[in-house]
This record gives sequence, C-alpha cells and structure tokens, in this order.
Amino acid sequence: MDEFMLIMRHPDGKKVASPEQMQIWMKQTMDWIGGIAAQNKYVGGNGLVFDDSRVVKPKNVVTNGPFGEIAETIGGYMIVRAESIDEAVEFAKGCPVLQGEGNSMEVRKIAKRE
Amino acid sequence: MEQQPLIPHLFRTEYSKIVAVLCKRFGFDQIEIAEDIASDTFLAAAQTWPLHGIPPHPVAWLYHVAKNKARNWLQRESVFRHKVSVAGGAGALGARTVSGSDEQDIDLSPKNIEDSQLQMMFAICTPAISPEAQIGLSLRILCGFGIEEIADAFLSNKETINKRLFRAREKLREEKISLRMPGVREIDERLATVMTTIYLLFSEGYYSLSQDITIRKELCFEAMRLCRMLVENPLTNKPAVNALLSLMCFHASRFEARVGLRGEMVLYDDQDTALWDAALISQGGYYLHRSASGEVLSKYHLEASIAYWHCIKEDTAEKWENILQLYNRLLQVEYSPIAALNRTFALAKANGKQAAIAEAEKLMLTDNHFYYTLLGELYTGIDNKKAIAHFLLALYLAKTTTDKQIIQKKIDAL
Repeated sequence: MDEFMLIMRHPDGKKVASPEQMQIWMKQTMDWIGGIAAQNKYVGGNGLVFDDSRVVKPKNVVTNGPFGEIAETIGGYMIVRAESIDEAVEFAKGCPVLQGEGNSMEVRKIAKRE
Repeated sequence: MEQQPLIPHLFRTEYSKIVAVLCKRFGFDQIEIAEDIASDTFLAAAQTWPLHGIPPHPVAWLYHVAKNKARNWLQRESVFRHKVSVAGGAGALGARTVSGSDEQDIDLSPKNIEDSQLQMMFAICTPAISPEAQIGLSLRILCGFGIEEIADAFLSNKETINKRLFRAREKLREEKISLRMPGVREIDERLATVMTTIYLLFSEGYYSLSQDITIRKELCFEAMRLCRMLVENPLTNKPAVNALLSLMCFHASRFEARVGLRGEMVLYDDQDTALWDAALISQGGYYLHRSASGEVLSKYHLEASIAYWHCIKEDTAEKWENILQLYNRLLQVEYSPIAALNRTFALAKANGKQAAIAEAEKLMLTDNHFYYTLLGELYTGIDNKKAIAHFLLALYLAKTTTDKQIIQKKIDAL
C-alpha cells in the first residue's frame, strides 16, 4: 500500500464564496473525507488559508501571494493510502473542489523514505 | 445475620485500598504479600464478627487489623534479613533491608489511600502486559473482584484467570514497576494507557457475552469509579478523562433499556426511553461540559458527543447530521470497523439510503456480520431481495444467539 497526496488546485484563489455555499462545501468535504477514513485509507490532510499568504523568491524577494502571475494556487491537500494510483484517483474524483469550474485535483505518489 | 452482606460490601470497597497502601509500603515486588495480608484481614473479620458482633467502626477495625498484620510481616522480614546477612558474614548485605523503616506506621489516611490507588492504577495499566492482563489485574487489585467473578466476566475458568494474573504480576516484577505517579512530562502518555484500560473494562461489561447481567453492570460501574478517581485528582483531571467519564455515563444510562425481560438485547430504536437513566444522562452532560477545555480533541470527546446525541430520542435532521460529522472526525482520529459502520448508518439517516449504500459497498468488511446487517438495513425498502441476501450472510457469520435472533427477526419482517 502506497501513500498518495491529493492536491486541490484552484485557478483563482481570490474568488470568494458565500457563507451558505461555504457551508455546503464544508459538509461535502467532511463527508468526502469521512468516506475515505471509513475505508481506513485516510492518512492526513489540511486546508491552506489564502489570506495573508506570501511567496518567497530568490534574492529575498517576497510578494503577497500565492497568486499574481501564477495562474493556479493550492487550496488544500489530503494524504491517502491506496493500492494504486488508480485507486487514489477514484478518491480524488469525489472531492467537492471539482464542482468549481477550472479546479483540478493533482494526484501524486509520496516518495518513500528509505 | 445482618452482617452477612456487610463483609462482601466492605471487601469490594476496602480490599483494594489496603492492597494499594501495603504494596506501596512494601514495594511492588511484594504485591502478593500485600494481597495475602488484605485477604487475611477479611478472613479475620469473617471469623470474629459473627461471634462478637460487628465492631462500631468496621472500616477502622479492618485497617487496624491490616496494620498489625503488616507490621508483623515487616518485623519478620527484618529479622530474617538481619539473620541472613549475619549468617552470610557480610554486613553490607543488610543494605537492602526494610529495618529502620518498620517503625514507620502503615499510613491508611484517605490521602495516602487515594495516592496509592492512583499509583497502582498507573502501575497496572502499562503496555508491558497485555490488555486482558491489565483488565484482569485491575479487577482483582483495584476493584476487589474475586477470581470467580473475573472468570465469569471473561467467560473463562478460575485456573486460566489465576495463571493469567500470576504471569502478569511476574512480568510487572521483571519490569521493575514501582508505585509512583508519572512525572508531568510523561503523564499524558501514561494516562492514555490507563484510559484505554478503563474503557476496555467498561466495554467488557457493556458488550460482554456473559449472561450474568449483575457482573456486567458492576464492570461498567467499576470502570466509571476508576475514571472518577482520575477526575477527582488535580494531576489527572484532564479534559480527555472527563470526556471518557461522560461517554461512560451516557452509555450506562441505557443499560436497563438495552436488555429485555428475558435477557435479550433491545436495539436502540426499540428501547423504552422511560428506562433511560436521567441522572446518568445529566452526569454525562456535566462531564462533557467539563471536558470542553484545552486544545486536544480526543476520540473520547468525539465518542462522548456522539453518545450525547444518542440520548436524544427524537429523530431530527440536526441530530443525524451532527452524529455523521462526529463520526467523520472520529474516523480521522482513529479508524475502527464499528465506527465505519456506524458512520455509514448515520450517513443513511442524514444523506439518504442510496448515498449510504454506495459508501457501504466500499467498506468491504466482509468477515463482519454487522456489515451485512447494515447492508440488509440499507437495502430494506429499496431492494428487499438484496436485503434478504445480506441478512442471510449476516446470519451465517453471526456467532451469538442474541445476534442471530436479531437478524432472524429482520428477515421475518421482510
């Protein structure tokens, strides 16, 4: 069994949802995570806060970010246990983030520390 | 004749106190001596009280006799060691004697009793011995259970239990366990093991296959008593401990309602709420409230909150949504098949049966009869043929008569 990271990607992190919409997404996200945890496949995860984030570049250049010239940003991640990349992809398909237009889920296998 | 019930009652409450105090005084490696002296004390009571009448202060009488017996033992021990060291011709050997300290009194003050019992709890609840051994020793040493009662609770026999406890004591001696409170830095980790044992002890009573309802109830109440000791001590009065106590109060409140007249199991939906114990429910609420501090949300907090919602009989959308979200979080903290199944049941109540069926089929708990019972429930009214097929699988996998009866009832209803 390998571990995979499911990365939630948004084309525009500045979009603000209504509180009602947020509440619906929150429930859907919790149910999604609960469903994976109920299969004993959940390892960990977190949301990443957009507000007051920074991007650090070479030569001590710090910008307010993570947006700006970058088209995409990361809204959160989850780590799952899966037999294969395909199984991890099946988990990713259920993520409510995918209801937003242009959003995507990136699925990456986590390198094992030898 | 009226003294007959008094001695068993005192045995249950005082035996463990005497053992803990003596064991602390003698050192953990002398635990059997401490147990023997405590037992002898009660034997003396059983022999003299019926002849001379119950003393005006029975507990003080017991402590007095136990103290004398303990002093005698310490003296003999001291003389023996002294002689051995003289005979051996090496004066230095006398270094590890108890002499000099035997003038000290055996301290049976409430404070020392409480400290000794807590320390004993930490000594017994250690990963060095198996959970079964921890529970067995807890019942014997902390709760004053007889070997026969422990055997009944575990559906085992006296020899097996005696062997298990003997090996556990040996192991604790090898590990050089001592009676002391863990330091501030290790307390949380050690407390986690103690709480696990207490919860296992409770579950042993709550879910036991034993037909003896009285014993099962006593296991539950002893677990709650031990947890209450932790809550009453400032060092161990942590939010998670309060949450555990709250959880056990809520569960125990349904004890009468979940067992039918013929000892059969009554499922939650069919329980007579009039039989729920309102006092325990309110105690559960009290400790749940006290658990709501600090930054750690333990599994006990989540389980206590789930149990709280179950104490509300009305089937509201709010109730099941809350239960679902609590299970979602519980599973992230700690997976267990039973939590996965309960979460799926709550999902059906909150999001509908179709959604729950899709999730249930992913669980693949194919060796678990509860899994097929749940699938049977979910398919009932949607596809009764499938429901029956699942119930039949559940019936095939179920081990106890009670479980089989419940499943058969569901099949008959379809």
